[in-house]
Amino acid sequence: MNAPLRRSGVVILVLFGLLFANLNWIQFYKADEYRTHEYNSRVTVAEYETPRGVIEAGGTALAQNKTTDDELKYLRTYPEGKIYAPVLGYKPVIGGATGIESAENDFLSGASDKLFGDRLSSMFTGDNPGGGNVVLSLSTKAQEVAWKQMTNNQRGVTKGAAVAIDPSTGAVQAMVSMPSYDPNPLVSHDTEAAAKAYQKLANDDDDPLINRATGATLPPGSVFKVIVSAAALQNGYKTSSEIEAGSSYKEGGATIRNSEEEVCPGSQVTLKEALTESCNTGFARLGVALGADKVKDTAKAFGFEDDTLKVGDLDSKTGLTVAASKTGDIANPDGSTDTAALAQSSLGQRDVRMTPMQGALMAATVANGGRQMRPYLVQKLLGPDRRTIYTAEAEKLRDPISSDVAGDLQDMMVSVVENGTGKRAQINGFTVGGKTGTAQNAEGADPHGWFIGFAFDSSGKAVSAVCVMLENVPGGHASAEAARIAGLIMKAAAGQGGD
Amino acid sequence: MTAPAVPAPPPASTGEMSRIPTGWKTRRNAELGLLAFAMTIVAVFGATVEAHQFDEIRMTSWIPAALVGILFLGLHVVVRYTAPFADPVLLPAVALINGIGVGFLRRLDLARAIAQKQPEPGIFAGTGGRQLAWTLASLILAAILLLVIRDHKVVSRYAYTLGLIGIVLVMIPAVLPSSISEVNGAKLWIRFGSFSIQPGEFAKIALVSFFAYYLVRKREVLSLASRRFLGIDFPRGRDLGPVVTVWLLSLLVLVFEKDLGTALLYFGLFVVTLYVATERASWLIIGLVLFFGGVYLAYLLGASIGGPFANFYDRAEVWLDPFSRANYERESGSSYQLVQGLLGLGTGGLFGAGPGAGSPGKVPEVRTDFIFAGLGEEIGLFGLTALLVLYLLIVERGLRAALAVHDSFGKLVAGGLAFTLGLQVFVILGGITGLIPLTGQTTPFLSAGGSSLMANWLLVAMLLRISDAARQPVAGLGRERSGPKKAPVQLHGAMTEVIKP
Repeated sequence: MNAPLRRSGVVILVLFGLLFANLNWIQFYKADEYRTHEYNSRVTVAEYETPRGVIEAGGTALAQNKTTDDELKYLRTYPEGKIYAPVLGYKPVIGGATGIESAENDFLSGASDKLFGDRLSSMFTGDNPGGGNVVLSLSTKAQEVAWKQMTNNQRGVTKGAAVAIDPSTGAVQAMVSMPSYDPNPLVSHDTEAAAKAYQKLANDDDDPLINRATGATLPPGSVFKVIVSAAALQNGYKTSSEIEAGSSYKEGGATIRNSEEEVCPGSQVTLKEALTESCNTGFARLGVALGADKVKDTAKAFGFEDDTLKVGDLDSKTGLTVAASKTGDIANPDGSTDTAALAQSSLGQRDVRMTPMQGALMAATVANGGRQMRPYLVQKLLGPDRRTIYTAEAEKLRDPISSDVAGDLQDMMVSVVENGTGKRAQINGFTVGGKTGTAQNAEGADPHGWFIGFAFDSSGKAVSAVCVMLENVPGGHASAEAARIAGLIMKAAAGQGGD
Repeated sequence: MTAPAVPAPPPASTGEMSRIPTGWKTRRNAELGLLAFAMTIVAVFGATVEAHQFDEIRMTSWIPAALVGILFLGLHVVVRYTAPFADPVLLPAVALINGIGVGFLRRLDLARAIAQKQPEPGIFAGTGGRQLAWTLASLILAAILLLVIRDHKVVSRYAYTLGLIGIVLVMIPAVLPSSISEVNGAKLWIRFGSFSIQPGEFAKIALVSFFAYYLVRKREVLSLASRRFLGIDFPRGRDLGPVVTVWLLSLLVLVFEKDLGTALLYFGLFVVTLYVATERASWLIIGLVLFFGGVYLAYLLGASIGGPFANFYDRAEVWLDPFSRANYERESGSSYQLVQGLLGLGTGGLFGAGPGAGSPGKVPEVRTDFIFAGLGEEIGLFGLTALLVLYLLIVERGLRAALAVHDSFGKLVAGGLAFTLGLQVFVILGGITGLIPLTGQTTPFLSAGGSSLMANWLLVAMLLRISDAARQPVAGLGRERSGPKKAPVQLHGAMTEVIKP
């Protein structure tokens, strides 16, 4: 009977060998997949064992934690709801974070190298203080004014964005996107309810989840004339140079008209006057006279075609991704310049697309004497004990224009606000410059209203540069409402006025 | 293969050493040393749990480990005097698994108490405390068995009685109303209030004894008096009748009790004892064909007519693709438990989160069927491998006792019990790890539950008894065996009834 007993032993050995092999498969080969599997909530529980860092601005907590009684110890809350959502993003229980929550995830969760010392000391003290805190550059006052004015605009516009930047540093003072969303339901510990809330937003035709300030590219309309003006000034034109204008202009099958009969009807107009009145025929001819390359190069110098820009943390270069603004091809199939397209593109139409962030950068560059500062949102990083770990140091991004050209452009843009189409952007006690844009888009749709501008205080210091974009503004003069809102935002960014 | 083909050679065979037992090694001190080592591991396990759960190791953490240590020490003393030549590895190996089981169950109690902000359960409260009490009861039973049954061959006298008892034990829950016999869909229990036992667990040992006795008696007939059909020798029906009857009965009952894992165990038990007794591989082939044929038939029936087979069909589907959303989210018989167990194991990875640092509470039934998955998250692949090796060690030591013992009855009982234990470990662990379809089974010595623990400790006591017989010097009935008691040594050995065809 020993032979079959021995064989039974072999059978058991083989069966155990199978168990062992299978365990290796699960615990070694598949371990990472299982560890991070969507059905596995262990990782999440561990993540919520320690508090995530706070995101704040101007002493106000914008993203913080509430202790709970359930399995996930901390609930992320966004006390300001919709106002900051496009900037902050949200950190859901299942799935990836968005916005600053995503860009600074390592720091907020405590995994960042910057917090290595804190992690090390917590190994010895035994208590884990959690992640680091992020202080945003946003001015809560400017942000609140921007949000209030955008959402209560006088034309009933439901979609748009506004960005305000400190021209001399690049610090983002306000960033609003509308419609926005309440991030709180999305971070609910009830993951089913969170998924439902997300689906509702994702299926919304108005795309509330998109941050329009950085992610929407729309035809900029006449705002683009600032670029064409810069190109002209860099190529020998003066603000007083006479350029050809007229009530209409035919170029390669395209007919350019002015917005109204009384705008630059004469055959000649100075460059400054052309910008002040937003003379379409003048700028179309000017663009064609300069040539596609100069227009495109100038746009590129201002930041067009750049798809690498992130607005967030200057140190780690993480942040909200800014979509590339584009001038389009402006070329015939054979490679030669399509002059009709060039004429239309010089007015910011045809295939020209721009983000509100790019508009604000243009205004800031002009206000800052031609130096474009790298925009940022993260002013400071604080350790869990609120020790300062990093403070943003302003960094130059580009030098698109000389200070002379910038000075001329300032002059021309101030004229726009004082004498021209941007009058509604005026603010008491400040010198305001800017450029309006009314951009046709789809056939039969109301145009988009744009305004980019800047404000100097009484001492001549550039305090704010802004871009306001309103989509499909009904009732004509689309840019006037944008200009009005821009003025109020800049005033708030300069520390004045409540609204 | 660790079990050597050669049984421990009795030095008594050389004339010089025939003065035994003075020079004979009982290896009892080795057992004590191994036991101390095992208890050290249990204590470290308990301390690590506290370190992770409370962020401090309190002096009280040693109490449960010390208590189980004392219990096993008590059994060791009993073994020292009643089975001095018993295999020294069996007891410490089982004690280590049992101790880890108690420690892990207590760890689950602690985690639950902390989560619910309740005071920590007392030493004998909670699942871990109850398991500790059950361990005490089991060890007393094992000690009684060792004290009462001084020679395993005595058992064969009561073989038919045991066979009957086995059948009755298996049948009781089937005939009882579901209200007192059904737990989680399986009718395997007798419940009195909060107290419940699983009588089928004890049937294993009774049935093995009956099979062994009967097959030894009929051995020659079964191997010789056969009809050849399709190149395979089939025994005459009247020779095999009682065994097949007992086996069919238990199987039928188990179908009614809706527990396929246990049915599989009895099937394996039956086939292996038959194979070992007859030494004919054809039995294995017939057994395997029957088994897999039956499984496939049940699967097909489940897919087409459903009814009592639907449950089986669901389990097979879940086994084939546990991670599919349909199987994960289905209303009944979902793969949720299996998937959570696998994710726990995967999360544990190579080294595990450390005792007390995982989230075994996420796996349903982690105290019973899925304890291996919960433990695996915390002790990792290396820890589980060590556990597997321990189980393998127990099984192979049991088989080694079967190889070494001289009487056929002892061979069959030890072999059958050891193999069944190994098969049970394979069935439950294979189920949890998705190797085979999941069937509800306890993990021997580890899962919470008194019936399983007691029955398996009785099994170990039986193996200890047989290994003692296998390893003791042939000539020496030693100090302990002095006295007039005359064992029926020859009764079930080679001299079986041989009925010439």
